[in-house]
Amino acid sequence: MASYVIRRLLLIVPTVFFAISFLFLLFFVLPGDPANLLAGGGDRIPNPIRVEQVNDKYGLDDPIATQFVNYWKRTLTWDLGESFATGRSVNEILGDRAKNSLRLGVWAIIAEVLIGIGIGVYSAIRRGSWVDKLSTVGTAVLSAVPIFVLGYAFQYWFAVYPNTHDWPQWARLRTSQIGPPGSGDGSWFLFFIPTGEQWRYVVLPALTMAAVSTALVARLTRSSMLGVLDADYMRTARSKGLDERRIVLRHGVRNAMLPVITLIGLDLGAVIGAAVLIETVFSWPGLGSTIANAVEDRDLPVVLGLTLVVVLVYSIVNLAIDISYAWFDPRVRLAKRDDT
Amino acid sequence: MAILDGGPTQPVSTVTSASDRRSPAYDFWRRFSRNKLAVLGLCFLVFLILTALFAPLIAPFEPRDRGDVFRGGPSRHNYFGTDIIGRDVFSRVVYGARVSLKIGIGATTIALVIGVVFGAIAGFFGGWIDTLLMRVTDIFLAIPYIVLAVAIASVFGRSENSIVLVLGVTGWLGVSRIVRSSLLSLKELEYVEAARSLGFSRTRIITRHILPNALEPIVAFGAITVGSAILAEAALSFLGVGPQDPTPAWGLMIFQGRGDLADAPHLVLFPGLAISLTVLSFQLIGDGLRDALDPKQR
Repeated sequence: MASYVIRRLLLIVPTVFFAISFLFLLFFVLPGDPANLLAGGGDRIPNPIRVEQVNDKYGLDDPIATQFVNYWKRTLTWDLGESFATGRSVNEILGDRAKNSLRLGVWAIIAEVLIGIGIGVYSAIRRGSWVDKLSTVGTAVLSAVPIFVLGYAFQYWFAVYPNTHDWPQWARLRTSQIGPPGSGDGSWFLFFIPTGEQWRYVVLPALTMAAVSTALVARLTRSSMLGVLDADYMRTARSKGLDERRIVLRHGVRNAMLPVITLIGLDLGAVIGAAVLIETVFSWPGLGSTIANAVEDRDLPVVLGLTLVVVLVYSIVNLAIDISYAWFDPRVRLAKRDDT
Repeated sequence: MAILDGGPTQPVSTVTSASDRRSPAYDFWRRFSRNKLAVLGLCFLVFLILTALFAPLIAPFEPRDRGDVFRGGPSRHNYFGTDIIGRDVFSRVVYGARVSLKIGIGATTIALVIGVVFGAIAGFFGGWIDTLLMRVTDIFLAIPYIVLAVAIASVFGRSENSIVLVLGVTGWLGVSRIVRSSLLSLKELEYVEAARSLGFSRTRIITRHILPNALEPIVAFGAITVGSAILAEAALSFLGVGPQDPTPAWGLMIFQGRGDLADAPHLVLFPGLAISLTVLSFQLIGDGLRDALDPKQR
């Protein structure tokens, strides 16, 4: 077990290195010169003296190999550089935006797990009931709707419409952005618990983010539960005379959770991708929308710095999921999993 | 060592007995049509292909022509309303079917070809080739898909054709893993061992004995991949790195209409519906194919 964990941890290093290096080199092929962008900004014609200063300051005239080595030297000391567009330190931007992404992500995952597992278990036990039928249809439909269209639909029904049609105050949600701190809109307790009016901002993007994954979790929980419900140990439990509720919760759900846990872990990649779109729809200042804007602006340090963190987190979470999988189910032997 | 018990070795794909003289195609259709939702999906797909083919006959206006009503709601004249610069949304949605089908099917074809080739090489030869290819896919899978696609799309330009390429070269990772794992299990089967002991060449064993059986999961996966490619194209268009303006791409139409949600929600609604129905029909067909091709269901 220990050797497996160490081997997997060591594998993360080359994966992250090559992934980030690939993006670094890709941006050198990109048309458009970051120095011009920095010195002039937008479509204005940049001042040539300023372009030279910028090139000097960031070493943009050096050969690619030199820049590449310098980039990794800095990155290894956790200095992610400065944004080409704003001159702000990327470490600072990261601290700022990661917090907002976490706020969204935590609520999305809570909603996904509670609603998804709840619906999944219910539709497995009451097979063929209207909840079951509705969740089957809903799952299929939800996975076909583009996430940003869903975001706009939520925005229209729950924020735009109530605000333009004189709905009671409590039912009006905010269309976009995050409540600025100290604006009377309340703040955040323990990082992610909204206080005051802040919840009006977070509900819609979090629900949108949860929607697609909730459908997947519900579908997988249902099929996993159906498999478990016929198992021998369920019959044994029934024949012992335990009450049904206890059988389902203690013996059924517990055993049915393994594939669901894996899905939730794997799903993190999809959540990160979705975050790019959802944060753009709701102008939520998180990592996703920042990366999307930075790619558009060719703001290399921001793209690389934030993506590096995302890739690192993603790899580590996946490793943690693999380990927890073995921990939940001793039949899984870790050393062999690499070959399957 | 596998024990050959002397019984006849039988390829997985052809299960026909003397009493069953119906053609495999008929047999397949019978199983596929049992799934009503898949048939519904197929009907919608046929409808969509016809729409794309006969777009000039169906659309009442040219998709690029500007009228004098801006952001007008749906009416008898403009069924789906008009956009910010007065173009007929219905005509643009109809022509958009061409763009989406072209990008979805084109990207999937590229992804399948690359994925099958790499997956087959990795799965059959194993050893260091396998390790190398799997590490490469690991690296690309570590980058969130949207970030990767947006980065590559901003390098290779923003035309329809370059989006086909971008989605194709980013989409093969999943395919290669599926092909690889089904090859790994297939090559241990007895009929492959039999072919090997008969002295057939590696190429012949791969192309004649293994690939045909490994391709069945790929067919169903391919239908679903077309749907995902259409979704990805919409996402790229929405982030501004997809096909550019006069092109009637559905994702782009949503991108352009997003600012007018309060006054003109139809600008997001109709292209959004078109994408959702198209993707849904490909997914339903994919599910139907998977069930129909599953040997256990026969």
